[in-house]
Amino acid sequence: MTIGTIAFLVFAAAAIVSALMVVASRNPVHSVLFLISTFISASGLFVLMGAEYLAMLLIVVYVGAVAVLFLFVVMMLDIDFVELKQGFLQYLPIGGALAAVVVVELILVVAARSVPTDAEIARAHPFMKAGETVSDPAGPNNVEALGLILYTDYVHLFQIAGIILLVAMIGAIVLTFRAREGIRKQDPAFQVARKRADAVALVKVKSGEGIGG
Amino acid sequence: MEIGLGAYLTVAAILFAIGMAGIFVNRKNVIVILMSIELMLLAVNINLVAFSQFLGDLVGQVFAFMVLTVAAAEAAIGLAILVAYFRNRGDIAVEDANLMKN
Repeated sequence: MTIGTIAFLVFAAAAIVSALMVVASRNPVHSVLFLISTFISASGLFVLMGAEYLAMLLIVVYVGAVAVLFLFVVMMLDIDFVELKQGFLQYLPIGGALAAVVVVELILVVAARSVPTDAEIARAHPFMKAGETVSDPAGPNNVEALGLILYTDYVHLFQIAGIILLVAMIGAIVLTFRAREGIRKQDPAFQVARKRADAVALVKVKSGEGIGG
Repeated sequence: MEIGLGAYLTVAAILFAIGMAGIFVNRKNVIVILMSIELMLLAVNINLVAFSQFLGDLVGQVFAFMVLTVAAAEAAIGLAILVAYFRNRGDIAVEDANLMKN
């Protein structure tokens, strides 16, 4: 067994066990932590495949943003999680059976017709051999190659991704924003419109008498 | 033992099925349902990247990038809806979410 095979087996097993624990864990905080573990294992698989950019993106976006967002929401909401876990065993047979059926079906598809032959790839891509664009050691590395097509052929897709994120951001703000009553806050327009005459009064004070009284 | 396309597709299939089963067994807990959806999207991403690498076509990774973006947006919106729902109802039991029905 090569080191690559061992690494694949380790990452795949870690991903699957962590995914099982995400679903089966009693405490949602543990679920989120196992979700992070699943993402890290999956990014290991991405590195093994040679997709370094997406592996790093998975760490930054999923572990750094999405999973932390989940953790934040789980800890912020005051929920009785024991009650939410009821019905787990009741639905386990049907859920497990459906999952087993899906796994068997998908693996049958993979086994029946897994890797296309080189001739088939050559027919699909007349000008390149398998792996030539992505795993050629003399060619551009993964990040460079991805950038070369992402900012040229797929620039519209890239911009649509930005718009999706903008809409999601605005949507999340609108959904969770609430105007609270009875709090003191600054009114910049009022502050700017204030004149010197409204605020300052010059008083001629007679000596020895003060201004009191 | 050579690790080929089939091995990665099998891992992705198992992850997808786990995510699907998670939606069934955690019917009351929306947070875990959202996490299960993330697992399923991750499985789809593994499939896209595996095909992209083994067929030698980088466009699959551009598409995986797109799926990643949509998944992040979906998680943000889903959790925002969850927070708004919790403020109105005081719990997040989805089985009781029938305000639109009656």
